[in-house]
Amino acid sequence: MADFLLYALLAGLALALVAGPLGSFVVWRRMAYFGDTLSHAALLGVAMGFLLDISPAIAVTVGCLLLAVLLVTLQQRQPLASDTLLGILAPSTLSLGLVVLSFMHDVRIDLMGYLFGDLLAISPTDLAWILGGSAAVMALIVVLWRPLLAITVHEELATVEGLPVPALRMTLMLLIAVVIAVAMKIVGVLLITSLLIIPAAAAQRHARSPEQMAFGASLIGVAAVCAGLALSWFKDTPAGPSIVVSAAALFLLSFLLPKR
Amino acid sequence: MNTALIRLEHVAVTLAGQNVLENIQLSVNPGEIVTLIGPNGAGKTTLVRSVLGLLKPTSGSVWRRPKLRVGYMPQKLHVDATLPLSVLRFLRLVPGVDRARALAALNEVGAEKVIDSPLQGISGGEMQRVLLARALLREPELLVLDEPVQGVDVAGQAELYSLITRLRDRHGCGVLMVSHDLHLVMSTTDQVVCLNRHVCCSGHPEQVSNDPAFVELFGKKSAQSLAVYHHHHDHAHDLHGAVVDDTPAPTTFTPVKPHVHGDGCKHG
Repeated sequence: MADFLLYALLAGLALALVAGPLGSFVVWRRMAYFGDTLSHAALLGVAMGFLLDISPAIAVTVGCLLLAVLLVTLQQRQPLASDTLLGILAPSTLSLGLVVLSFMHDVRIDLMGYLFGDLLAISPTDLAWILGGSAAVMALIVVLWRPLLAITVHEELATVEGLPVPALRMTLMLLIAVVIAVAMKIVGVLLITSLLIIPAAAAQRHARSPEQMAFGASLIGVAAVCAGLALSWFKDTPAGPSIVVSAAALFLLSFLLPKR
Repeated sequence: MNTALIRLEHVAVTLAGQNVLENIQLSVNPGEIVTLIGPNGAGKTTLVRSVLGLLKPTSGSVWRRPKLRVGYMPQKLHVDATLPLSVLRFLRLVPGVDRARALAALNEVGAEKVIDSPLQGISGGEMQRVLLARALLREPELLVLDEPVQGVDVAGQAELYSLITRLRDRHGCGVLMVSHDLHLVMSTTDQVVCLNRHVCCSGHPEQVSNDPAFVELFGKKSAQSLAVYHHHHDHAHDLHGAVVDDTPAPTTFTPVKPHVHGDGCKHG
C-alpha cells in the first residue's frame, strides 16, 4: 500500500473513532450549528497562520479554541438567540478568512483543499497532529463521560449534585474545537460537522444506551472512512466528499434495518 | 442553637429590575416537611433555586449546613428524544449506583416496573416517581421537591404526598416542597409557608381528614392525607404583588394554631 494511502487511512480512522462519542453529544445537545460555526472559522485560523507565519495546524487549533470561548461568553452576555449569533459568526469568519487570504499575494494556497479536505496529501507531521489530538480528546471524553452525560440530561440537577457545570460545558466545546481543527485537513471546513453528526444520527435509531450510540457512531464512521477512501482510490473521486457521501449512504441504510 | 439544615435570612431577589422576592426568612429542620404555597409568579421556584444555590440572592444570606447532601427533584425533565437513556441508566448517573441500588430506590417509590424502560417512554406519574428515586439515591439530608405532583391526577397526587411523608419518616430527612395549590397540602406538613413575593404567613396546616366533602371526593384513605390549609388573609395584593393596605379585615379570622406573619404583613 502506498504511504500516502496508509497515512490517509490512519488519520481518517482516528478521526472517525473520536467523532463517534463527540458527535453523539453534538446531536443530544443540539450543537450542530455550533460545530458548523467553529469549522467555518477554521479558515480564518489558516489565514492568520500565514499572516503571523506560524504553523496552520497550531493557528487553526488556537483560533477554534478562542472562538469557542468567545461564543460561550457572547451567549451569556447578550440577548440575541444562539442560532442568530452563530448565523452571524459563521459566514463572517469564513468570509474574513477568504478576504485576508486574498491580500497575501505571495502565498499560494490550495483553497479547495482547505474547504473540502486534502486527505491524500497528509504528511507525517499532519498525521502526528491528528493522532495526538484525537487520542487526547478521546482520553478526556472517557474520563469525563458520566459528568458530561449528567449535564446533558439536566444541567440544574447536575449543579445541585455538585458537578462543575460551566467548566464541563466549556470543556465539551473545547473538545469539539480541537476535533474540528484536527479534522480540517481530512474533510475540509465545509464538511467537518457532517462527520460528527451523520454517524451519530445513523447509530441513534438502533442504540439502546448512550454508550451503544457513541460506539455505534464510531463504527459507522470507520466504515464511512474505509468506503470513502476505497471509492477515492478506485474511482479517483475527491477523498473528503467521498467519505461524507459514504456516511450519508450508511445513514440511509440505517433506516432499512428494523428498529430494535 | 442551630439545628437547621438550611436557614434563609432577609433574602431578596431582583430579576431584570423586578423584585421577585423580598425579606424572606425560612428554615428547614431535619425530619421537618415545609411546604411552599402561593399563586403563579409568587416566587416559589425562585426561592427554591436560591435554596439550592442555583441563584445568588441580591441581598440577604442563605446558610446551608456544611456538606449538606441535597436531593433535588426538578419540576420537569426534558431529555432530548435522540438520547437513548433507560430509567436504570438515568439513575446510574448518580455516582456509585448499581442495578441493585437503583431497583431498591425504585421499589421505595413504587416504580420498579419501569427500570428498563426508555426515559422518554414513561408516563408523567412514573417520571415523578423516577425523579424522586434519583433524589433518594443521593441519601439526602434535605429533599427539595419543586411541584412534585405536577401532571399527576388527583388520586395519584394524594398517593405521592403520602409517599413523600413515608420517605421522610424512613430517611429522617428534611423536606422543602413547592405546591401551587392552596387546597391540597399534606396533613402531615409541619409548616406551610404562604408566599407572595414576601412570606405572607407561615404555620401548621389545619387537619381536615374528617371533612365529609373530602372523604366523599377522594375516598376515606386518600382524604386522610389531604388537608385544607384554612387561613384568611387580612390584606390583599395588587397585580404587582404589593400589599394593599385598605382592605377591610375579614371577620372570620380564627387561626387554629399560632402562625407567624412575615414582615411584609401589616397586621397581626
